[in-house]
Amino acid sequence: MFPRPIAQTSPSTQLAYKIALPIALILWLLPLLGVALTSVRPASDLAQGNYFGMPSYFAYENYLDVFRNSPIAQYMLNSFKVTIPTVIGAVALSCMTGFALAVYKFKSNLLIFFLFVAGNFVPFQILMVPVRDLTLSLGLYNTSAGLALFHIAFQTGFCTLFMRNFIKSLPFELIEASRVEGVSEVRIFWYIVLPLMRPAIAALSVLVFTFIWNDFFWATVLTTSAETQPVTAGLSSLNGQWIAAWHLVSAGSIVAALPPVLMFFLMQKHFIAGLTLGAVK
Amino acid sequence: MSAYWKANQRKLAPWLFLAPGILMFAIYVVIPIIQSMAISLYDWDGLGVAEYIGTANYTELWSDDSFYTSLKNNVLWLVLYMLAVPAGLMIAIFLNQTIWGMRAYKSLFFFPFVISQVVVGLIFSWFYAPNFGILYNLIEAVTGERIAILADERFVTYGIIAAGLWPQIAYVMILYLTGLNNVAADQVEAARLDGAKGWKMLWYVILPQLRPATFIAVVVTVIGALRSFDLVSIMTHGGPYGSSRVLSYYMYEQALSEYGYRMGYGAAIAVVLFGIMMVFISGFIWKMWRDETER
Amino acid sequence: MVHLKKGVLAFTAALLMSTSAFAQARELKYYADFDPLPLAAFEALIVDFEAANPDVDVVLQNFDHEGYKTAIRNFLTADSPDLANWYAGNRMAPFVNAGQFMDVSDVWEANGLSDSLGSAKASMTIDGKQWGVPYTYYQWGIYFNKDVYKTVGVEVPTTWDGFVENCVKFQAAGIDCLTTGTKALWPAAGIFDYLNMRTNGYEFHMDLTAGKIAWTDDRVKATFAEWAKVQPFTTANNAALEWEEAAALMVQGKAANYVMGNFAVGNFKEGGMTNDTLGFMVFPEITPGIPRAEEAPTDTIHIPTGAKNVDDAKKFLAFVADADVQTKLNAALNQLPTNKNSSVNPDDPFLVAGFEALSSAYALAQFFDRDAPAEMAKAGMEGFQEFMVKPDRLDAILERLEKVRGQAYD
Repeated sequence: MFPRPIAQTSPSTQLAYKIALPIALILWLLPLLGVALTSVRPASDLAQGNYFGMPSYFAYENYLDVFRNSPIAQYMLNSFKVTIPTVIGAVALSCMTGFALAVYKFKSNLLIFFLFVAGNFVPFQILMVPVRDLTLSLGLYNTSAGLALFHIAFQTGFCTLFMRNFIKSLPFELIEASRVEGVSEVRIFWYIVLPLMRPAIAALSVLVFTFIWNDFFWATVLTTSAETQPVTAGLSSLNGQWIAAWHLVSAGSIVAALPPVLMFFLMQKHFIAGLTLGAVK
Repeated sequence: MSAYWKANQRKLAPWLFLAPGILMFAIYVVIPIIQSMAISLYDWDGLGVAEYIGTANYTELWSDDSFYTSLKNNVLWLVLYMLAVPAGLMIAIFLNQTIWGMRAYKSLFFFPFVISQVVVGLIFSWFYAPNFGILYNLIEAVTGERIAILADERFVTYGIIAAGLWPQIAYVMILYLTGLNNVAADQVEAARLDGAKGWKMLWYVILPQLRPATFIAVVVTVIGALRSFDLVSIMTHGGPYGSSRVLSYYMYEQALSEYGYRMGYGAAIAVVLFGIMMVFISGFIWKMWRDETER
Repeated sequence: MVHLKKGVLAFTAALLMSTSAFAQARELKYYADFDPLPLAAFEALIVDFEAANPDVDVVLQNFDHEGYKTAIRNFLTADSPDLANWYAGNRMAPFVNAGQFMDVSDVWEANGLSDSLGSAKASMTIDGKQWGVPYTYYQWGIYFNKDVYKTVGVEVPTTWDGFVENCVKFQAAGIDCLTTGTKALWPAAGIFDYLNMRTNGYEFHMDLTAGKIAWTDDRVKATFAEWAKVQPFTTANNAALEWEEAAALMVQGKAANYVMGNFAVGNFKEGGMTNDTLGFMVFPEITPGIPRAEEAPTDTIHIPTGAKNVDDAKKFLAFVADADVQTKLNAALNQLPTNKNSSVNPDDPFLVAGFEALSSAYALAQFFDRDAPAEMAKAGMEGFQEFMVKPDRLDAILERLEKVRGQAYD
């Protein structure tokens, strides 16, 4: 395990590490603490120019206001309605495509891989009008399904890259051995390779969840009403026409950021449950 | 039928697995890209009738000062954003221990990536802000100069890049944490027995095994640097007077913003941006292919 | 027997159908981007409208302000409502030219709006036809901190020279004479518009924004020369500030004056200023003898061409244009009615001053980003921002604006 496990070092090093860790964390999260401080600041502080000083009083009701002034609970629900299908769809599709591109040798392998990677580099502003028109003609404009379908398709590019590389690093001998035993390709995929991909699936799920959860651009292009808009578009609705309600936006952002962090926290053990690859290599 | 499948499954299987992914991707990404390339040949305000003007948009782009400013800024972004890769690696190594509560620490270090970029941009804007900004006061205390980073055309892009590095480093950290989990423990032990440690260990034993993670980290950092839209939009709107513009933002300004009704021109900028990205992708793919055929 | 039953049945059926037709009101879809305060005001207006028109059911869908600007480009083609909010002047031009807003000159004719909404008519007219109905506007002017004036010992200026003289005194006291936050660009345009209208007149300003005058013209340079007089006394680093952050400076007493719109009063008061400490003055005269024009950006309602319920939409527009309706609405909005026959809350000194200023104005400009077409507006405002930071680059800036003028107007 790299670096040397801290348990193997001297007690003073261990202590130093245990102290350094929270300090590093606070320094790292200083901007976040700024956001948190703003979120409990009353609007009058901001109007007076008191941005970083102690708030004149702790306006915890900002958090309540966020739920009162805007249907943020509905927005969060909409975010889930878009994000979860996207994660499932994109990861499922890319497991398959990654498997195909990593395991099989065929002529257009590199070309197709290239296409997936290239498509993912595209600045999505360029896709706005064609995708909007397409979603309209499919009758999915202003629906969670329309937004999710776009995201599944777009994220497949990046996810394929991720999965293909991961599968490439798996020991090919396992597959060869199964083929020799006459196992069908589909069963190889389902019973042999897929279980090995668990850490990658976990990591990718968290990443895709975060991307989609924080997407703002497509939320505003493809959805327009409170019944369908995800939380990113909802947050910006806390800002008025002239007055930016930054204290509310900060509070809302913290609330909106909790699901992805929670998800990461929960999925961590899957990272650790990797296979003993080293043994075979 | 099933006999045919049994006999040929190794040839057909890849296509079976690829089909749904390729279909979705073609419909939602590939075809729209081609459509947009077509739009760049027109003069269109996005609402009414489009008028074909051939390569006139590109000719105009060639002599457009804002385009060159954006290009220069994109180069700055590309180069400086790469700092996220070693920084993320360092933090991942720092956190790769199994003490009590490490799961919580990892989650919290990841937090910047998870926050909406609108808020990241906002809080950094306040750090830099004249009079009350923490960084502003720090610079004044240290150098005696009163520099409002976001209003100064010399420093504005660097200021925004610094803000962008914060979530990006968190992102790279996650990728490396995954990679470090897959490092072969026995190789590490063997190297330790040989007396390798510290930097030598990192360079000769660990990094080669992290190559897939490094590859992805570099890819996403390049994508992030060339995308960089949200931060530029929220921190400076491309200002002051266009000095912090980047191509993705310029495209948005021309085609979709409050004062932008030039879809054709915007599409041309997007095509140029895409062309630049293609250079990188080709580079990556070529290097990857070379690495793999060597093995 | 059967005969009777049939009759009864038929009668009941007819009765049921007619009541259900009665209960099934005609729907009027309205898309808007109101802040909470205006939203409440409009919901009240809708209640009044529905009372006057019981067979119409207005369904209001409210968007957030920024998101609406993107959404409107999509929903006018994708999923068109019957009524939509937007702005006047060149801001509505792209949609008018694309045929996405409906010509409502007939509503203006039928309700005598050319008279009652006279001051706003020019901004609603393209090609001789009217394309929407204005329901509110607000004044721009100079807001100032009365306490700061007292401390430094200066009087409210009546002329431009007086204003500049005061600036020298403010600077001696370590206070910014003028503050603004040009990060979002448009606040600088407010300053330019007033300087230009006061130096060269309303017609010149309109011609300039219409692209008929070169930016390198001497008269334009004269406007910038006046601007150069106050530039050194303006908050440095204003390009890094949002307008609210600059407003905080005035609240704190670090700045004396602010060229702003009336919506800023809410912000000033939130920070602690009151009617006694916050002052308002009309932008002072620069070139003597030029009739006083003012800025009055207007909010409007339009009918998209894709609307399904056009008749009721037109009724709604006529309703919104009515004097009493506008009085009630603008009292809730804290802004000014566009109908000259409406009245204003006498207890709000800023509204009273604004109403006076606008009603007696020679003409009303819409604000630079609505009077000039989009591309010119953007380039112009960037130029203003650059001038405020680097006034010595004026010639290069004007040449660049002139280049854009060649492309933006066709």
